[in-house]
Amino acid sequence: MTASENNVEYTLKQIEITPTVSAAQNACKLCAPLGAALVYKGIRGAVPLLHGSQGCSTYIRRYLISHYKEPVDIACSNFGEQTAVFGGAVNLKLALENICRQYEPSLIGVATTCLSETIGDDVPMFIKQYLAGQTAASVPPIVHTSTPSYQGSHMEGFHRAVLATVATLAARQKETEAAGVNLFPGMLSPADIRHLKEMTAAFGLAAMVLPDYSQTLDGGLWESYHRIPAGGTPVDAIAHAGDAAASIELGHALAHVAETAAALLDERFGVRAVRLGFPMGIRHTDAFLQALSAVSGRPVPTVYREQRGRLLDTLVDGHKHVNNIRAAVYGEEDLVAGIVAFLTEIGIHPVVCGSGGHSRHLTGVLEDLVPASWRAEMTVLEGADFTAIETAVAKAQPDLIIGQSKGYAMSRRLSIPLVRVGFPIHDRMGGSRLLHVGYEGAMALFDRIANALIEQRQDGSEVGYTYM
Amino acid sequence: MSSIPILKQREKQIHETGAAPYEMTCDKQSLAGSVSQRACVFCGSRVVLYPIADALHLVHGPIGCAAYTWDIRGALSSDAQLHRMSFSTDLQEKEVIFGGEKKLYQALCELIDAYNPKAAFVYSTCIVGIIGDDVAAVCRRVSRERGIPVLPVHSEGFKGTKKDGYKAACDALFQLVGTGDTRDIAPVSINILGEFNIGGEAWLIRDYYQRMGVQVVSVLTGDGRVDDIRRAHGACLNVVQCSGAMTFLAEMMKAKYGIPYIRASYFGIEDMAKALYDVAVHFSSEAAIQQRTETLVRDQVNAIVPELKCIRADLEGKRAAVYVGGAFKVFSLIKALRHLGMRVVVAGSQTGNADDYATLRDLCDPGTVILDDANPLELSRFVIEKQADLFIGGVKERPIAYKLGVGFCDHNHERKTPLAGFEGMLHFAREIHTTVTSPVWQFVPFRNQGDTGRTVP
Repeated sequence: MTASENNVEYTLKQIEITPTVSAAQNACKLCAPLGAALVYKGIRGAVPLLHGSQGCSTYIRRYLISHYKEPVDIACSNFGEQTAVFGGAVNLKLALENICRQYEPSLIGVATTCLSETIGDDVPMFIKQYLAGQTAASVPPIVHTSTPSYQGSHMEGFHRAVLATVATLAARQKETEAAGVNLFPGMLSPADIRHLKEMTAAFGLAAMVLPDYSQTLDGGLWESYHRIPAGGTPVDAIAHAGDAAASIELGHALAHVAETAAALLDERFGVRAVRLGFPMGIRHTDAFLQALSAVSGRPVPTVYREQRGRLLDTLVDGHKHVNNIRAAVYGEEDLVAGIVAFLTEIGIHPVVCGSGGHSRHLTGVLEDLVPASWRAEMTVLEGADFTAIETAVAKAQPDLIIGQSKGYAMSRRLSIPLVRVGFPIHDRMGGSRLLHVGYEGAMALFDRIANALIEQRQDGSEVGYTYM
Repeated sequence: MSSIPILKQREKQIHETGAAPYEMTCDKQSLAGSVSQRACVFCGSRVVLYPIADALHLVHGPIGCAAYTWDIRGALSSDAQLHRMSFSTDLQEKEVIFGGEKKLYQALCELIDAYNPKAAFVYSTCIVGIIGDDVAAVCRRVSRERGIPVLPVHSEGFKGTKKDGYKAACDALFQLVGTGDTRDIAPVSINILGEFNIGGEAWLIRDYYQRMGVQVVSVLTGDGRVDDIRRAHGACLNVVQCSGAMTFLAEMMKAKYGIPYIRASYFGIEDMAKALYDVAVHFSSEAAIQQRTETLVRDQVNAIVPELKCIRADLEGKRAAVYVGGAFKVFSLIKALRHLGMRVVVAGSQTGNADDYATLRDLCDPGTVILDDANPLELSRFVIEKQADLFIGGVKERPIAYKLGVGFCDHNHERKTPLAGFEGMLHFAREIHTTVTSPVWQFVPFRNQGDTGRTVP
């Protein structure tokens, strides 16, 4: 006797979710060290090291592997009881030594955990002591990010790690005129990062992209064994970040945060900071390309004019499938904002926007993006869990849900189709290859949204149309 | 290709059979800086208690531990589904400074009122003891006020290994055992311990025992129910699967209630049949049981053997690497793979003890690499060196296999297919066949560069 399909249907629908005040139920966020580890995975030859208990690295690895379907080695200083009592200095030093010996990394990215933060480990001092005892040639640079999981979500961990990496490594190396661009893409898919790099290269710009896990977390098969997967931003390129003509930093909510990598480079080295939303949809892709055009002094290449043309053609062809449709969107704040920006361009009303993130910028960002007449119908949930989001979605009864895999239970219970975007994609192939940005990303997203709606109409009709 | 180095401190946790002397070190805290495939104490507790479907499982701590364990396992339930929710006190900086007891109390009360669980388990994560929360006191208070058992699970991640987490879970379970009515329990009755109903496995196993005429009082914890656990002390025998997970509970039940236990594994034909016969032997005063067991095993084996033979023809002589959590599962897998004509060339576990590794050495062919608490680099090295065609492990091992162009079978708790029981053996064989015989391997660069490409310089 194994569960039949009917049985499974019964089981998910059986859970009657009830929101609570004090407990988080089915969180719509992950902990800060995950975000930091992801950033370190986007640096060439880097090994992430979590300073805390064994489980932190193992759980985070499993979570990331299930999405990216790539090896994700994250080391851990493996606290024991003694460590928690006497402090983690010895373990951290041993961990750094062992990583150097086994991986020969070009950088070690340390992120703390709730445990090491709570016992008050002074990690910067531990690192300083460790480095003092080494000969310069043999030791890779070490970046430290403070990521207690009781402060913010994985997105804070992500952005803090980008900032810490730049703060530790970046310098103004050349006396010559500033050139090239720093690109801080935010938490996008490997396919997105690849696409942004192509765009940047099309303007003839040398780009330092941080993080760049487009290859480390979406690479080909191996011809020989790799201790650390190929790809990622070279440490040397990060060290030259102060020489760039500008930094472009993406993320609608992030643009409201004072301390970021772009802001730091502006302040320290006078590298102009251009802070934009995710380039999702027409207007924000336009803005991104215009920014590249301004930095490079070159016009937008024909290839993107053509892509834009095809996108507009697609949107016109399919506009009746989507106009006045109502959708729920959830995920990281910047992702929600990026998706909503595109939805407003095609007439889809975002009626529920939920995020586990709590930067306090999401509501303002969304109000700026969404037409005034739509706002009354829009519920924005910040710092929300899936139970709160599902309750709002059940009330709003949208036509469509857009977000990552963990919303599947909600989609199934409410019988509303789910279009998967973002992270994690744990129940479909191709999470790494989901393209959200640029005109091509908008086109891909449009096709999937329109097709989800068409499919629902087709399946819901008794006629069985083969021609829609 | 650069060689893959083994850390000096790890050398004694790796052994190749046939090379003397055999001194495996194990039961050690993982080495700092190594990328252990192990999890933590919390993980051990969560794994054991997770399938209890009508209990509330509240993770007390910051969000990560609850988020990463939300509905990730294939542990099925026949009705209640509360275990598939992820509940956390989501501690914030304020609580870390001023203490989390108040939030824990409120969260427990709200959740119990909302979901009406039969019991609640409160898992302590790393920082709970450090910030000074008296979780046991909060549990006692809520239990008194709400009238259900509210059990603290002392599962701070750093306080030992995953095995200590098993023990913490067993301690919590032991609070429940002995509180239920046992009057209607037959003299020929067992509890099934350490079976988590992945893909419905516990249902298969329970069905076998019931067809033998043995009453199954409680499965701990597959498709688990609080009320069944409360009366588990009424059974006459505990049948314990999985090396470490629930032996602690079996020992405690033996000491307090005088219930003997036997060990069992439900993977592979041999071990599955043995698990049934051992129970029949225990109840040998009931003559009919032996007879029914023989019939059952014969029918079950006959039903699957023809297809297994066909599968074996394609797998004969292939080499396998096995790296899973518990050592007991490794033993069964080695035997099951032999049934399919395959040879195990790398075998290891996260939590085996000295006895386990001695058994493993005796079971393995000469030249097999045995590993305790291995990491991705070591596993890759030996998969290459021993030219494995198949890797059996969990999610974290899968990309290692795939990057090197080696087939993979997920034998961890995330899987959705039952691999235990006779029927499970067939699923297992089919899955191995599906992965090993895929035509994609012909395009994999690593396997197409002759022998030199498959060795480590």
